[in-house]
Amino acid sequence: MINKQVSTPAEAVADVFDGATVMVGGFGEAGSPIELIHALIDQGARRLTVVSNNCGSGEVGLAALLKAERVAKVICSFPRTANSTVFPDLYRSGKIELELTPQGTLAERIRAGGAGIPAFFTPAAVGTPLAEGKETREFDGKTYVMERGLKADFALIKGRTADLHGNVVYNKTARNFGPIMAMAAKVAVVQAESVVEPGEIDPEVVVSPGIFVNRVVEVAHPAHESELVAAGVCYP
Amino acid sequence: MSPQTQEIGRTREQMAQRLAQDIPNGSYVNLGIGIPELVARFVPEGRTLIYHTENGLLGMGPSPEEGKGDPELINAGKRYVTANPGAAYFHHADSFSMIRGGHIDLCVLGAMQVAQNGDLANWSTGEPGAIPAVGGAMDLVAGVKSVYVITQHCTKEGEPKLVESCTYPLTGLGVINRVYTDLAVIDITREGFKLVELSPGIDFDYVQQRTGAPLLPSS
Repeated sequence: MINKQVSTPAEAVADVFDGATVMVGGFGEAGSPIELIHALIDQGARRLTVVSNNCGSGEVGLAALLKAERVAKVICSFPRTANSTVFPDLYRSGKIELELTPQGTLAERIRAGGAGIPAFFTPAAVGTPLAEGKETREFDGKTYVMERGLKADFALIKGRTADLHGNVVYNKTARNFGPIMAMAAKVAVVQAESVVEPGEIDPEVVVSPGIFVNRVVEVAHPAHESELVAAGVCYP
Repeated sequence: MSPQTQEIGRTREQMAQRLAQDIPNGSYVNLGIGIPELVARFVPEGRTLIYHTENGLLGMGPSPEEGKGDPELINAGKRYVTANPGAAYFHHADSFSMIRGGHIDLCVLGAMQVAQNGDLANWSTGEPGAIPAVGGAMDLVAGVKSVYVITQHCTKEGEPKLVESCTYPLTGLGVINRVYTDLAVIDITREGFKLVELSPGIDFDYVQQRTGAPLLPSS
């Protein structure tokens, strides 16, 4: 019998090692796996490379992981947030490296990484500073820039419902990077509001098939980043 | 220029309303953050537009009532939105396939500078200490069929935003089709900036004086 459920977020991230590449789902607060990130802060792994669209807000979730100086590098499309100084402070003091990537390129790099495609050509960023030093090629009279696929050791993802086989359904715009990060990571960890028996999710509506997901953990009432920030919470 | 610039010409809402007149019924539209978001309020009666938001929703509806927001239903500006009947959610690689793959008809963006050849700069001043952040702008300008800019004609300091060539880091090369400002609607043509129409009460010379490159009269 297949059973990918683990009992706690702490157990789900226990083997994240120093220097690991960790993809973190979410677009702003939607889909940010806060409980898994907080468990990773408690776990203590250092010198991480984090792949995520943003860098968190306030001093909870991803911003708290950065604040704890566990992250050496971020691969990110939009690290600025109106209500967080964590990333700007680290960046300006040279304590964190940034690989800035256009958002669609970031998504496709992750998808490609998970799909066995080592590199691809995109029209985005041609002629801009973000294409400097990268190989370009002309196809049908138009110039494209080569971008590399991205893989990770771990992915931390937030879903709505998961089953014991690792099939996942997401919630609204919290889906965002989850499905592609699950594909691109050696160990994809999904926190879900409910974990159910195989067969309880209609196969027609499964978004992430279980083959891409290694661990599921139930977090029945996940925190929302904006509510924690509004309440002045700083983690830990 | 003089502070008068703020008091004549179109307001932000009027600029958005003017742009909305030009969007054909049935278009798939991506609206950027800021003034572009206002466009959705002014779609003429009888037209249905499908709004795309890059974080994974087609069929985006208006903001919910105060206090009814869902933190997992947001737009690219990370504000609460709703989903209209017929909406669809999807993951980020699909979302940018819609953008890069030429499936979106129109996107409306803000700008720091637009050059007479259609180059756009809208993501960074390039100043030391600035935190660079690009989001989806480079993908949008590379793949969407028509790209409109909506912006004040000049910066707060009175410098033209329509320029001979951009001095800020570029978002894309030759990607802008049309610019809607407080003072005028201007097309980007092979010959450069070409007036489409002046805002009420504004004359050609007034616009030319505040434009950093030659402005061709409307034909």
